[in-house]
Amino acid sequence: MITVENVHYSYANNVEALKGISLTINDGDFIAIMGQNGAGKTTFIKHFNGLLKPSSGFVRVNGVETTKTSVATLARNVGFVFQNPDNQLFSESVEDEIAFALKNFGFDKETITKRVTWALEFLSLTQYRKTSPFLLSGGERKRVALASVLAWDPETLVLDEPTIGQDYEQKEKLRHFILQLRTKKKTVVMVTHDVEFVAECNPRVILMCNGQIVADGIAKDILTNSKLLEESSIVLPQIAQIFTKLSILGLPSDIIDIDEAENTILTKAKERRLK
Amino acid sequence: MSVISLSDLVYTYPGASKPSIDGVSLNIAKGEFVLITGPSGCGKTSLCRTFNGLIPRFYQGELKGQVFVAGQDIAGKQTFDVAKHVGLVFQNPENQLFALSVEKDVAFGLENLGMSREEMRKRVDWALNLVGIYDLRERSPHEVSGGQQQRVAIASVLAMQPEIIVLDEPTSFLDPLSAERIFEVIYKLNQEQGITVVLVEHRLDLTARYTNHLIVMDKGKICFEGNPREILCNEKVCQIGVGIPKATLLYKKLKTAGFDVNSQIPLSSAEFADQLLKVLNQ
Repeated sequence: MITVENVHYSYANNVEALKGISLTINDGDFIAIMGQNGAGKTTFIKHFNGLLKPSSGFVRVNGVETTKTSVATLARNVGFVFQNPDNQLFSESVEDEIAFALKNFGFDKETITKRVTWALEFLSLTQYRKTSPFLLSGGERKRVALASVLAWDPETLVLDEPTIGQDYEQKEKLRHFILQLRTKKKTVVMVTHDVEFVAECNPRVILMCNGQIVADGIAKDILTNSKLLEESSIVLPQIAQIFTKLSILGLPSDIIDIDEAENTILTKAKERRLK
Repeated sequence: MSVISLSDLVYTYPGASKPSIDGVSLNIAKGEFVLITGPSGCGKTSLCRTFNGLIPRFYQGELKGQVFVAGQDIAGKQTFDVAKHVGLVFQNPENQLFALSVEKDVAFGLENLGMSREEMRKRVDWALNLVGIYDLRERSPHEVSGGQQQRVAIASVLAMQPEIIVLDEPTSFLDPLSAERIFEVIYKLNQEQGITVVLVEHRLDLTARYTNHLIVMDKGKICFEGNPREILCNEKVCQIGVGIPKATLLYKKLKTAGFDVNSQIPLSSAEFADQLLKVLNQ
């Protein structure tokens, strides 16, 4: 469990990036943090593993204040995957990259091999086991960064823009994986601009604007509120855009799921005897 | 007239066992807006790198086949010669930014062309305003956010006003509304000034509407090329792992369920909403 109490954070140049944030993340929560560039999203999540410490207020991970422990200790519980994979990759082979943290956490050799093989397979990277991460494509490097964190199986996974550069199939895999993590009561927090991905994942959505939380609720409510989204420079998901326009026919406008969209339109078509 | 013409291109990175580009022939006409998509690792980025000679001159490796850009065989040309014709915006903006301020980064290419100071000032301001970062002009490109860095990279290329602009997932770090604005700017330049645009993107929801020349790549080859409305309705394209726009997908689902909206296959939600309104309002 992560509790955040009235957190303010200012960078060295006195720019106040977080202006009083309070939030409780329960075990097993699945949260998408959204908001425009510069809203403070990345600054905020860097507080979850102590990379940044609040200028005032508290962040507690499982009851322990982040100012009273080390990033290394927190990392065991909170795994962080950065926006730009080049900021976290450094090993000579994909395999070494994934094994690195496992070695540091003191896992035995057999477990390391098992975990590395699992992570490689899971993210379709097995063929690159011996390849340098720097020879891979942008999307593939992103997957290596994700694999290296998944391998140590942290309780909470924090993903900064996990879908950037990923094709549709990889996104689908990521979505299924997140759903799988949820059945294991893992906590997943992702920062993303990808409205379509959020619409498909259906998480709790937290909307940030100017260093503050401006909305917190279920995806269906927030992603169909065009006024709220517009203020945060986010566009409605495609399906919601269609239903906003169709609302003059008396159809509900709060639809983000494609199957629900299909059924709603088919019912209307039957009413009008078009089908 | 083709401004980019590739014939039988095969390219292998140094040390790689398989070619990244595996027999690609392609013609891009002047003034076209071409969209290239395909699963990650399919060779899209490598293909873009051949357009200005970064492959093979910078990346080395083995290149077979021919690349003609603006009527010239790239093989005998230096990168700076080609750069006058082709502007490339990379996937990762950090790879192309280096100056002490945003405006110096944007001005760098122009300085190298030997442009006068006044003309340079005009061009830099024009490009900064176009992508909405005029206020950031005195900041260091390395202290602005990933999304803003992408705008700097785009402005640097636009300032050069090249005949051909190649953009490799240029807005991946930007929020959707800002991304849409950038795509609109690029589309406008394409329509009004006839600049040829080659855009690499996964997010067809945002971009399919701008093109009538879609290229789908897989495993180093071009597997579909042509009208996006036809290609995106093809079952095989889904299997490759291309993200079909939700509007196109919904159109297909409704048709399969027996409700044919009986219109042009839609590429965007706005287009499909209008079609649905018309039909359901009858």
